[in-house]
Amino acid sequence: MEPILAILVGALFTVAIYLFLSKHVIRILMGAAILGNAVNLLIFTAGRVTREVPPIIPGDADALTGAAANPLPQALILTAIVISFSFFAFLLVLGYRAFQELETDSSDDMRVAEPVGDKSPPAGY
Amino acid sequence: MRTVIFRSIAPYLTSLMVLFSIFVLLRGHNEPGGGFIGGLIAASALAIYGIACGVAPVRRAIYFHPMAIAAFGLFMSAMAGVLSIFAGVPYMSGLWIYPHLFGVEIPLSSVLVFDVGVYLVVVGAISSIALALEERDRD
Amino acid sequence: MSASAPGTTFIVLMLPFLAALIAPWLTRRLGHNAAWLLALAPVAIFIHFLGFSADVADGGVVTGGFQWVPSYNVSFSWLIDGLSLTFALLISGIGALIILYSGGYLKGHDQLGRFFSFMLLFMGAMLGVVISDSFLMLFVYWELTSITSFLLIGFDHAREASRRAAIQALVVTGGGGLALLAGLLVIWNITGVSQVSLLLNYGDELRGSPFYLLALLLVLGGAFSKSAQFPLHFWLPNAMEAPTPVSAYLHSATMVKAGVYLLMRLNPVLGDTVWWGTILPVFGGTTLIVGTALAIRQTDLKLMLAYTTVSSLGLLVMLTGFGSEHAIAAAVLYLVAHSLFKGGLFMVAGLIDHEAGTRDVTRLGGLRRAMPVTFVAALAAAISMAGLPPFLGFLAKEEIYYALWHTDPWSLAFVAVAVIGNGLMFVIGFAVALKPFLGPEVKTPKHAHEGPVLLWLGPLTLGIAALVAALISPVTHRFISSPMASAIAGEAETVTISVIPHMGPALILSLVTIAFGIIAYRMLDRLRAGMAWLLAAIGWGPDRGFDQFISGAVRLSVAVTRLVQPGRLDIYMTVTFLMIAAALIGPMAWYGEWPAMPVWPEDAQFHELVVAAIVLIGLAAVIYARDRLTAIVSLGIQGFAVALIFMLFGAPDLSFTQFMVETLAVVILALVMTRLKLHASDHRPTLQKVVDMSVAIACGGGFTLYLLSVTQQPFNTALSDFFSAYSKVVAHGANVVNVIIVDFRGTDTLGEIAVVMVTGLAILSLIRIRTPRATVADNDPDRRAAQGPAQGREVR
Repeated sequence: MEPILAILVGALFTVAIYLFLSKHVIRILMGAAILGNAVNLLIFTAGRVTREVPPIIPGDADALTGAAANPLPQALILTAIVISFSFFAFLLVLGYRAFQELETDSSDDMRVAEPVGDKSPPAGY
Repeated sequence: MRTVIFRSIAPYLTSLMVLFSIFVLLRGHNEPGGGFIGGLIAASALAIYGIACGVAPVRRAIYFHPMAIAAFGLFMSAMAGVLSIFAGVPYMSGLWIYPHLFGVEIPLSSVLVFDVGVYLVVVGAISSIALALEERDRD
Repeated sequence: MSASAPGTTFIVLMLPFLAALIAPWLTRRLGHNAAWLLALAPVAIFIHFLGFSADVADGGVVTGGFQWVPSYNVSFSWLIDGLSLTFALLISGIGALIILYSGGYLKGHDQLGRFFSFMLLFMGAMLGVVISDSFLMLFVYWELTSITSFLLIGFDHAREASRRAAIQALVVTGGGGLALLAGLLVIWNITGVSQVSLLLNYGDELRGSPFYLLALLLVLGGAFSKSAQFPLHFWLPNAMEAPTPVSAYLHSATMVKAGVYLLMRLNPVLGDTVWWGTILPVFGGTTLIVGTALAIRQTDLKLMLAYTTVSSLGLLVMLTGFGSEHAIAAAVLYLVAHSLFKGGLFMVAGLIDHEAGTRDVTRLGGLRRAMPVTFVAALAAAISMAGLPPFLGFLAKEEIYYALWHTDPWSLAFVAVAVIGNGLMFVIGFAVALKPFLGPEVKTPKHAHEGPVLLWLGPLTLGIAALVAALISPVTHRFISSPMASAIAGEAETVTISVIPHMGPALILSLVTIAFGIIAYRMLDRLRAGMAWLLAAIGWGPDRGFDQFISGAVRLSVAVTRLVQPGRLDIYMTVTFLMIAAALIGPMAWYGEWPAMPVWPEDAQFHELVVAAIVLIGLAAVIYARDRLTAIVSLGIQGFAVALIFMLFGAPDLSFTQFMVETLAVVILALVMTRLKLHASDHRPTLQKVVDMSVAIACGGGFTLYLLSVTQQPFNTALSDFFSAYSKVVAHGANVVNVIIVDFRGTDTLGEIAVVMVTGLAILSLIRIRTPRATVADNDPDRRAAQGPAQGREVR
């Protein structure tokens, strides 16, 4: 099953990056949301996939039985999902506020930090 | 969004979801679940309530500022690790006690305290985001 | 070698730094009188090092120190032999006088405490340079002298000239320090030793190495920049912007001699080669002539002295380059004499400036009655500088001529250089010491009278020291000159010259020098006019070159910044993702380790393929969505499909979390997006579209290849096995994922929930804080031009 997931991961990355390269803030935001999924699925697949048996130790055993899924990537991804959501929300609000202040959603027009025709630093000491 | 039906069932839906979230939180150590999932469920519950009935009732209902809840959760998680000082073991070592209440053995642990802290942080932070965004909707 | 009381020496080395720490506090309490207490630090150092002199005079070498980074063979260690002892005594002895002098000179200055602090810091650094045994310690102290000198030159930072001089000194000497570091590393690499005391055994190995020239040039880069050799001399006169105590201490007696010290220190291992014997005398001789010629041109007392300092340093480098027994003895004597007389003259210049209000030699005259003590001190220093008996300068000059006098053309050329140089220094010395004091009284900006004891104590003491050292020359030679010359030569040497002149070529050359000096002194005004004309005719100098260099560097960095930071987000993104694609695909292509062609997984089940297809459909819909709602829903669809994938492959926890997160994401996206005025679709020009697509596909394909390659490797389950085995037994939890999160990796999770919380706070503040519209507009020239400060119009 890994090859199919690998192709899926590639597709997720491709779309996320294509959206990232847009000039519109909202597209970049969507790219960020997809990028999170892409990375999570990448980690998940790299830890190998097993069908349907969650990494939960049965009542009478002391350790996982052979067929169970790999718990480590899951633990990594679980927190990553929540954090990437927080960041998505942050970016969303940031983009929204930028839109309010600058009245544009195009990254080309957002030049407050690096204005067009910025003056050279002063000569002298 | 704010239909009569939605508004009527929202409080019950929310209470059920919050209850369910606590259930998910507590069973997390042995079954699927845990602080992150529980917290997200509870945060969604509050978000739904907010969409249905407005933000002010939600804020009244949870009494504390959501960020304060999150901060308390973070403090609780950090302190759960500090407990291990008293047992003389490294920071964040899990400690377990098994008190008998009404003849039932209840496993309590610093790990559980930690997980509850995680739950509170997620509830507090995410619902404060959601509520803040919903609030902006109306001014 | 003998090791003695490492603890005491360490404390003594740290003493100036401690004194620097308490200096501001002390100065607040006691005002300028704090100088008396602070001077105790250098006095204690002086006494401590004096204790070594008997031992060192008998040929002893004292080493000591501590291991610092033993694995790299780096230590904090010191080496006290004739060379470093003499330097240490000069630094601490003159240092004590300078601290006192500073107290008088900057009396009442509100930054006096800071000044004391910097001075003492410098003293500690300089002491470290001359006492260091380990290379790295030497380098650290070396750069510390550059930094403290930067602080001192820029002490009066409100003036641009002062800032410029400070930056110039830092760039030149600090840059030279880097060259020195490189040179020391090369030497370390060749010989394998990182300590000066051990290095002395490796001279032949070093001279025979193919990297000898490289090491030599790098070390010379450090030494020449610090000791202001032509054409890097320009920073030293500019450093006269500093308050006079700084000039007297750093730029005559100590710091500028660090380069000479380094050359003398490395003479036994790097010297005695054709390169050494050519480069040093040529540069030194040139510096000598250029320095004196430029000094003639000046009318400012401090600048006259500064340029003669340049030429004196040139003379020292020249003598070190010759490396013969007499040349070294001459260098030793001249170095000590120069520290004494030049420090004294600088203090006199400062004293005149302080009392008369000007230091322009053409506006001074007749001060001898008003300032008799100063006059005596100036006269003593000038006689020593001119090389007249019975001062130490005389001994030095006799020895110089004795060393240089050979009848081959090469030597005769340098004899001529030395005679002209010494003659002109004679002129400057007396111009500084006589012109302000003799002749008719000239009206000065301030009514001149004798300065306070703090101010004249220093120059007078130095003058007396130069006299006494010459009169009791056998003692001087036994404790100072001979041990120092031995350390420089790397073998035992004895200096014997005394104040009684010998008949011979040296005496004749002395007389020629004096005659030349007297003639030139009488023609000083004409010479000055001539030099001024000549310099105006040349027009360009290294000083202006420095300005051009700095402005060129600024222009270059502006151009580079404009190139790599055009301020367009999509360009940054394109570059970033291109790099990622290169990083993913590059190594595979380079090593030819492409993943094997994947085979269609036979066990893939229908519903799994359907879910995968839903992901793809959701993705396509996100790209092609024409309105907001479709875009949001499509985004949700791919998210839910990913959650399904987690569910199908044994990750219920992930699946639930993903479901909840996607739901919340869609909700808040909907909440925000309804208020954003969106472009219906993502318009990109065709070319842009092609470029973006290529980049995206290269990256995405790279990730696919990478993941295929990873999954085709054998899987190491060690970590997963560990968690599986201990989850229930140790941590009492059956859900391994949750146990990892809250127990095994609890600290990690603590950090992560802190991040969640901080983003929550950030979002709240973003929503709550209203930027005044004008602030944004102020920063944006376009907007400012286009419209006035419109009030916050609510955007749909």
